[in-house]
Amino acid sequence: MILVQFLTGLASAASLFLVAAGLSIIFGVTRIVNFAHGSFYMLGAYIAYSLVQRLGGGPLGFWGAVLLAALAVGAIGVVVEVLVLRRIYRAPELFQLLATFGVVLVVQDLSQWIWGPEDLLGPRAPGLDGAVQIFGEYLPEYDLALIALSPLVLGGLWLLFHRTRWGTLVRAATQDREMVAALGVNQAWLFTSVFFLGAFLAGLGGAAQLPKGGADLLIDLNIIAAAFVVVVVGGMGSITGAFLAAVLIGELNAFGILVFPEITLVLMFLVMAVVLVIRPWGLMGKPETPGHARAGPAEPLLAPAGRHHRWAWLALLAVLLVLPAVAGDFTLVLAMEILIAALFAYSLHFIMGPGGMVSFGHAAYFGLGAYGAALLVHHLAVPMELALVAGPVLAGFGALLFGWFCVRLSGVYFAMLTLAFAQITWSVAFQWYGFTGGDDGLLGVWPAEWASARAAYYYLVLVLTAGGILFLRGTIFARFGYAIRAGRDSPLRADAIGIDVQRHQWMAFALAGILAGLAGALYAFSKGSVFPDELSIPRSVDALVMVLLGGVQTLSGPLFGAAAFTWLQDTISRLEFWRLILGITIIVLVVLFPQGLGGVFRQVEERLRGGAAEAERAP
Amino acid sequence: MSTLEVQGLAKAFGGVQAVDGVSFALAEGELLAMIGPNGAGKSTCFNMLNGQLRPDEGSIRFRGRELAGLAPRRVWRLGIGRTFQITATFASMTVLENVQMGLISHRRGFSGLLGRAGALYREEAAALLARVGMTEQAERACGVLAYGDLKRVELAVALSNDPGLLLMDEPTAGMAPAERVELMGLTAAIVRERGIAVLFTEHDMDVVFAHADRIIVLNRGALVAQGSPAEVRDDARVREIYLGSAAAGAGAS
Repeated sequence: MILVQFLTGLASAASLFLVAAGLSIIFGVTRIVNFAHGSFYMLGAYIAYSLVQRLGGGPLGFWGAVLLAALAVGAIGVVVEVLVLRRIYRAPELFQLLATFGVVLVVQDLSQWIWGPEDLLGPRAPGLDGAVQIFGEYLPEYDLALIALSPLVLGGLWLLFHRTRWGTLVRAATQDREMVAALGVNQAWLFTSVFFLGAFLAGLGGAAQLPKGGADLLIDLNIIAAAFVVVVVGGMGSITGAFLAAVLIGELNAFGILVFPEITLVLMFLVMAVVLVIRPWGLMGKPETPGHARAGPAEPLLAPAGRHHRWAWLALLAVLLVLPAVAGDFTLVLAMEILIAALFAYSLHFIMGPGGMVSFGHAAYFGLGAYGAALLVHHLAVPMELALVAGPVLAGFGALLFGWFCVRLSGVYFAMLTLAFAQITWSVAFQWYGFTGGDDGLLGVWPAEWASARAAYYYLVLVLTAGGILFLRGTIFARFGYAIRAGRDSPLRADAIGIDVQRHQWMAFALAGILAGLAGALYAFSKGSVFPDELSIPRSVDALVMVLLGGVQTLSGPLFGAAAFTWLQDTISRLEFWRLILGITIIVLVVLFPQGLGGVFRQVEERLRGGAAEAERAP
Repeated sequence: MSTLEVQGLAKAFGGVQAVDGVSFALAEGELLAMIGPNGAGKSTCFNMLNGQLRPDEGSIRFRGRELAGLAPRRVWRLGIGRTFQITATFASMTVLENVQMGLISHRRGFSGLLGRAGALYREEAAALLARVGMTEQAERACGVLAYGDLKRVELAVALSNDPGLLLMDEPTAGMAPAERVELMGLTAAIVRERGIAVLFTEHDMDVVFAHADRIIVLNRGALVAQGSPAEVRDDARVREIYLGSAAAGAGAS
């Protein structure tokens, strides 16, 4: 019994290891965290499925299909690298992550178009479709093949990296990119080939698990979240670490599922927590070398709004106040969505801009706010007013708990960990059917009697979102805001003048969580329902795109971004391939405007004013 | 009465004993220079004093309070100011705001969510900037300043908690020779008028011999000599370290 369960765990670790190893290798050389790695995995599964049908289910057909699928995914990886990533190697990490997320969206829609929305059941592996008996328990024969796969790949990678010239170059580039470039190695070629290998491994992982898990349109984000956990636990850039962590997570799932199915996620969380407390850089990882200058333009000064700006904001507020009198229902609903999105984006910008912490899981707190409110209404029938307080409070506690771990990391590690936590919250909402309604969501979350008219609820939303935004804005200029900016600008100096940087970052994270939770709770009552989507990765990325669209370095940017994005999404989401369009839009935006719309506005404004003061800025 | 008392300080990295039983003391208002060749353990020693590194052994007492193992922010709270070898300032803030940060931290802390922090302690900050000669640049962003000016800002920030001791890691590194003499002269004048003790490391011997009251010499992690500039200049072991044994032998014969 225990042995069989152990072997099942090893088998499930195989595909996780392949994906995480590919992710790790790509990051090691190119310093890009490839969000689209889950998409490569998904493509591997789908392509293998089609190839098996074409080539037939014999041993040669099946294994040939697996290998060809992996090679095809490798080729797709090359296309992505050449078309997108090559243009943004020098961009800030955030933009790189976003561009690869654009690829995720594109692949999702293309896959749905090609293979349809239904889950596909994987073919059986020829010759391995039986089960072996071990101490009276049955283990699928194919599991044995998967168990053998990881050590084979691990060994193969070791040989590749230690016995070939190419492998030596990859190892050298992982240690010091500039040095390898200085030695005259063709970097473009090296990066492309590394991307091929990484994508190949992900495709192999997806194809190899086909007989076990089949193919569906959700596996891309599920596997990428799990792979992030593996990479964080194992240590970024270490393949052996990825192997150990994949086995650890695989075993946890295998044994956790015996105890209590829902607890597997909690176990994953606990293991990650313990590892990060003891070894913040993962089991086999090394600390990030500090001292490298941040990519991207220098942070500008922040100044409170001038007179002209203040008048502009008051005029906008006046328009919003009279809106219900002049606009129809459709406009009012869109305006509410924009206001809620603005608060959500502003709360993310608070930790991202002034705080310098790029969260890829901010939807967790939006969703906790929405679920906190909805659960109370659904199970205890509490009044709306109380639910609107309780939602943000729950989100705040969630942010305190998750934030405690996240602020111990920085940069891409921080981003990955926030994403992993968000995915865990999503899974809980998705799986805990009896409490959260699972995929069916919670319905009947309507506003109180006095706020049930559309205009009345609109005013409530307006007051609370504007209040939340003004409060956060005030905080940025208060002592607390200066302290988190100090921690972003120079942690060394902040520490040297008595600022507990981590503690302030933690508090900022919680504060942003509370306000995201407020946005979520307002959203729940505006829709009358909540679904796991509110916690999902795409929702987190929506907020990131809003901030990016508006420009990270401006304070009003997120508001413009939220308006533009919400309107855009509202318009295109009625189209069939809206994810494709959105994905391409994100990629194009990242490649063309790394400063966002707000940055473009400011540049134009500065140019109009002559920009004499800024012209002397040192290089 | 000593401001700073260091006893038997030691730190090893792997098998390498970077600092090996260093002891010295710093009197009130004294300018003490720590010199030694590369790899002598100066930086390690310094980072243990300012809280960046935890010593393996030894004690560091500032006005009688034990510092060993305290985080940098706690060291600062006890009244020790600090400048970095490579300047560290808040690039998105003005010069004035950088100094205000030190003052706010010293007097009130940063937990306030309301009110404009930019309005706090402006006069005091301006006065400190005037003392280091940065009044004209007060409203410029730190991110666009010349390097020498950043060093002055750091000095003003380091003075913002009314320190009894300044720790300056290579205060003139990366500056032109004329600027070096000027900055160290300014520093010396300020600390003398306020009675602040200074411990600094320095490679530029002109700066050291012009301003230090006393000098300690480190070599291979150990303290090999200490005394007035004249005594250190004449010390045979110091000559040997800096000039090599052959040169010392040649000088003796």
